[in-house]
Amino acid sequence: MSDNKLMTVAALEEKCTKIRCDLLNFIYNIGMGHLGGELSMVEVAVALYYKYLNYSVHDPKNPDRDRFILSKGHCSETLYTIFADQGAYTMEYMIEHFETLDTAKFGMHSNRKYVPQIEVSAGSLGHGLPIAVGYALGARKQQKTYRVYVMTGDGELNEGTNWEAIMAASHYGLGNLVLIVDKNGLQMTGKTEEIMNIDPLDQRLEAFGWEVITIADGNDMAQVCAAFDKLPPVNISEKRKPVAIIANTVKGKCVDFMEHNHKWHGGGIAKEQLDQALACVVKYSKEKKR
Amino acid sequence: MSVKTTFDFDQMLSNAREAYGEELFRMAEEGLDFIFTYTDNVAPSSSAGKLLKKYPERCFNFGIAEPNQVGASCGLALSGEVVYSQVFGPFLSLRSADQIHTDIAYNDVNVRLIGTHAGVTAAGGPTHNCIADLALYRAIPNLTVVVPADAAQCCKVIRQSYTFQGPMVIRIDRGGSPNVYADDDYEYQIGKAIETLPGTDLTIISAGSSVYWSLMGAKILKEKHGISARLIDMHTIKPLDVDMILKCARETGNVFTVEEHSINGGLGSAVAEVLCEAGFSGRFKRIGLPDEFAVLGDPDEVYKYYGMDPEGIARTIVDVMSKPKLL
Repeated sequence: MSDNKLMTVAALEEKCTKIRCDLLNFIYNIGMGHLGGELSMVEVAVALYYKYLNYSVHDPKNPDRDRFILSKGHCSETLYTIFADQGAYTMEYMIEHFETLDTAKFGMHSNRKYVPQIEVSAGSLGHGLPIAVGYALGARKQQKTYRVYVMTGDGELNEGTNWEAIMAASHYGLGNLVLIVDKNGLQMTGKTEEIMNIDPLDQRLEAFGWEVITIADGNDMAQVCAAFDKLPPVNISEKRKPVAIIANTVKGKCVDFMEHNHKWHGGGIAKEQLDQALACVVKYSKEKKR
Repeated sequence: MSVKTTFDFDQMLSNAREAYGEELFRMAEEGLDFIFTYTDNVAPSSSAGKLLKKYPERCFNFGIAEPNQVGASCGLALSGEVVYSQVFGPFLSLRSADQIHTDIAYNDVNVRLIGTHAGVTAAGGPTHNCIADLALYRAIPNLTVVVPADAAQCCKVIRQSYTFQGPMVIRIDRGGSPNVYADDDYEYQIGKAIETLPGTDLTIISAGSSVYWSLMGAKILKEKHGISARLIDMHTIKPLDVDMILKCARETGNVFTVEEHSINGGLGSAVAEVLCEAGFSGRFKRIGLPDEFAVLGDPDEVYKYYGMDPEGIARTIVDVMSKPKLL
């Protein structure tokens, strides 16, 4: 079912550059977004949608598809940009139908009924992981071998519902569930460690009965791919530890004036900033190639 | 439609909390496929416990963690399952309000949330009272809210909800409430109110186990005061059977509501909104729990204290009917 596949790290990196540029243009045109977290998750999202997910944007209801649930639903524009790049929509169509009352298809927080490629309508934090637990239980009951991936932010893990779900996932031995934490270290008003420290996250997850894979640099495609390559095959007939991938990323990645700056959590972008941001992304890409 | 009530019978206790489990078990035995999620309050010895024993692969205990249970039920439904999810009522509505709103209703999934211990039936004081849930549910789009009057009707709801499209809350009491209907040989349709008792002087609109108290209250009105009260079983709170409310208001001129819920935001409020917007000028009174945390005591005593027992209902109605209207 999968198309748009890219198998090499170089090709995936090239795709990240395009997605970042398209995303910035998209946010500039729609006037709102959450660029900090949308830029930090690009490598993981690209790795999933262009290599690891058994998924096609052209067949979004295929019963055997892998499920990717974006719990940090305020970062949906990264997914929309990928869907457009993979041919589900044009950028013009998405801009034209962004939060336009009764003709809207796309929103700052995603809605699965408007955008069939979205698995779960999200926006309120702390919801995706419990839903993913249910999804994984359903898959097991139906003897389906697809994997359920869910991405949360790190600030999002302040929400207690995540820990209820983390407890339940290991209790039920959901080896078909993968939690990805986009750990960019910042939340809306500052550093996660200062607002509500979640560390040592790896040890906490392990103590809850999870297997943890840590990506030292979650914006390095080779490291991201190495992490996904470590995932054990789904064996629906046996209970095993669920897997958490902690991706240490940089909020606002590739745009120097956004990086490590919580003030770029949400908002729009001016034309001058857009040009500057695009130049940063291109420069980063060239340096990476060298 | 005529229905046979237990009006002339001694109290025949039923138990909706047992009945829903029996019905789910029957459905499973018939080969219907569904998932059952639950909190740590389903006893192995209960009828739902039979389901757990015989069909463990489709039953999931979420412990004492209602938001996760409701969220996971959404995920199970998204995977293609019909999900019945039993939660202790006050903790369903209050603790999991966010999940009901966002996971179940906004995602518009086939989850039937069974909230138990309606009103003050749990006993144990206000932490375990379920008095604000209907006010919350009424404001959540996509949600259908059903409050069966007795155990047999609960079975009908459980059965009918299997093929129902969209999210639903089924509100039942702790158990041990009287049967309203003498048998289950009557037509039941979610969203369509039942005229439980004919009457001409006024209409009582009720739901849940207070339908039985209203029935007995109507008996007192007839026998002691010569007042002919019609009784409507408004088992579906949302969407409300507006046509039935307006028909009764037109035909009887006076409307009373009885509910085991705060008088703010529940059935009484819903009926008042309909009547007011239609220009109703008859007598109207909400009977239910007042705007205070309830006194402590045995549920029957608490309901009596607040005038929600048959004598209290009759007393309030006679009082309102005998006084001139303010407007």
